[in-house]
Amino acid sequence: MITYDSVTKIFGTGKDSVTALDNMSFSMPKGEVVVFLGPSGCGKTTTLRLTNRLETLTRGTITIENQNIMDIDIVQLRQRMGYVIQAIGLFPNKTIAENIAVVPRLLGWDKERISKRIDELLRLTNLEPELYRDRYPAELSGGQQQRIGVARGLAADPDILLMDEPFGAIDPINREEIQNEFLKLQAKLKKTVAFVSHDIHEAIKMGDRIAIFDKGRLIQHDTPEIILTQPKNKFVADFVGSDRALKVLGLMRVSNVINRKPKNIIQGAALSQEALNFLDTNGFRYGIVIEQNRPIGHVTQKSLKYEKGPVRDVAEQYPIFLREKTSLRDVLSSMLMYDNATFCVLDEDKHFAGTVTYNDIQKAIKAAYYDETEHAENEVSS
Amino acid sequence: MSTLCFIVDNFKEVIYLSWEHLWIVGLALLIATPIGVVLGIVITKHEQFSSRVLNGANILMTIPSIALFGLMLPVLAIANMGLGKVPAVIALVLYSQLPIIRNTYTAIKNVPPYLVDAGRGMGMGKWTLLQELEIPLATPVIIAGLRTAAVMNIGIATVATYIGAGGLGVYIQQGIARVYPEMILSGAILVSLLAIIVDGGMALLERIATPEGIKVQRKLSQ
Repeated sequence: MITYDSVTKIFGTGKDSVTALDNMSFSMPKGEVVVFLGPSGCGKTTTLRLTNRLETLTRGTITIENQNIMDIDIVQLRQRMGYVIQAIGLFPNKTIAENIAVVPRLLGWDKERISKRIDELLRLTNLEPELYRDRYPAELSGGQQQRIGVARGLAADPDILLMDEPFGAIDPINREEIQNEFLKLQAKLKKTVAFVSHDIHEAIKMGDRIAIFDKGRLIQHDTPEIILTQPKNKFVADFVGSDRALKVLGLMRVSNVINRKPKNIIQGAALSQEALNFLDTNGFRYGIVIEQNRPIGHVTQKSLKYEKGPVRDVAEQYPIFLREKTSLRDVLSSMLMYDNATFCVLDEDKHFAGTVTYNDIQKAIKAAYYDETEHAENEVSS
Repeated sequence: MSTLCFIVDNFKEVIYLSWEHLWIVGLALLIATPIGVVLGIVITKHEQFSSRVLNGANILMTIPSIALFGLMLPVLAIANMGLGKVPAVIALVLYSQLPIIRNTYTAIKNVPPYLVDAGRGMGMGKWTLLQELEIPLATPVIIAGLRTAAVMNIGIATVATYIGAGGLGVYIQQGIARVYPEMILSGAILVSLLAIIVDGGMALLERIATPEGIKVQRKLSQ
């Protein structure tokens, strides 16, 4: 756990002094990714650099596992934390292996242990050790270089990882990939990660928690869901964007809204007129056609009206199927793209598992913002 | 043609004088390098001295060599070393300081700050950082400074003949005194030749001392 207590940082003295951080307090739980988010000059990077004492505190205390960082030897402190920066900062005169070995060597590990660790880390970051060990940083692409940057940060297996916009300089496609890789890695390693970012999308994706900074103050420190659904003030609401409902959708999965027992199911062998009758009496406009527990398509009252044969011949196929893990953002996008308000969810065996409708999604969003709307009403009435 | 004959006829002496010339320049460079490199590194870490040190080295350069020999003569005469190789070497050491200090200073300063930041952030001390990052990256530029100093000193060492330091300047000085053009030309040509050879050698050294990773980087960025 890292605790910041009334942390203040002032750069310069007298008239030219700039307050980068103003009486900022919060704590980072162990094993979680906390994203420091905010516009440039908000104090997020300063907070990070105060943590490994690359900057010196003006006032306040920072403690790691209840130990004041000022009481820890500066070199030892830094060796206890991995440090990954936007500029990557691999030493161009050293090979990939030598770059990863920097901290273990400073810690005096023996050669064999270092060599094993290098191979282990390269595999962990999806780079073939035989291929990359003896290359130089200049021979690698930006994405590969930052994978090495992360590997170097993890080299001595520190509990804490400080990451200063680590994926900011990588092209969007590779960034997405390296972010996913890092999340997988983090799920395994459970490091305490301080992650600086100015990108709300990245913050929502990477953070267990988000700390939003503005002008040297910590504005809000919460989970991404709460930041999106209950922004504390106008600054946070503006920063997360007017499309925050869509961002909340990015956090929700099909499994959150799935209807596992929809009533408008029609067996494929049923005759069209029976099916039409079934839909009509139950007041459904729309039916899902299922055969051998697999959804084969959908029908409407309109499409059945003049048909005679079995429903399976009339059913219009679904362009795509959903999985329980699919994010609602993607589902909504598909609904707009295919002009279809209902989609079927398949399980692992490609069997029918339930449906998601546009209405289900809308209800979920309403529920997420319920607190906020209620809160607003209270304010008006009081 | 007659110049070539002169060189062939006095081949033994030519070799001896060339050797003497190289010896003075080499010794001076050997002494000047550690002083200049250390000073250059020190002023990158203590920026407040940098302009004073660099200006000092600059001023040294502006003193004509003959004047410098003259200035040192009474001082060194106390130790009975006013003439000969000692004042010559001292003068060359002083002249070498500017290119060596300036190149070292610039080279270390040019190490990208984010690399230094990454190193510090990983817990590298000042020394480790110098050893593992700053000096390896600065080495090619530092050697380029030595190269400038060496070539320049080969020229200046010619003048040191006038205080009895020997070297190829002997031919030029005596050639002038005896109005013997072949002798003057031989001296001049041999000094130039020496300078070209040393320059080539230092260029080779520069290439050898460039870290492999930097070579790869240069090749790929072309």
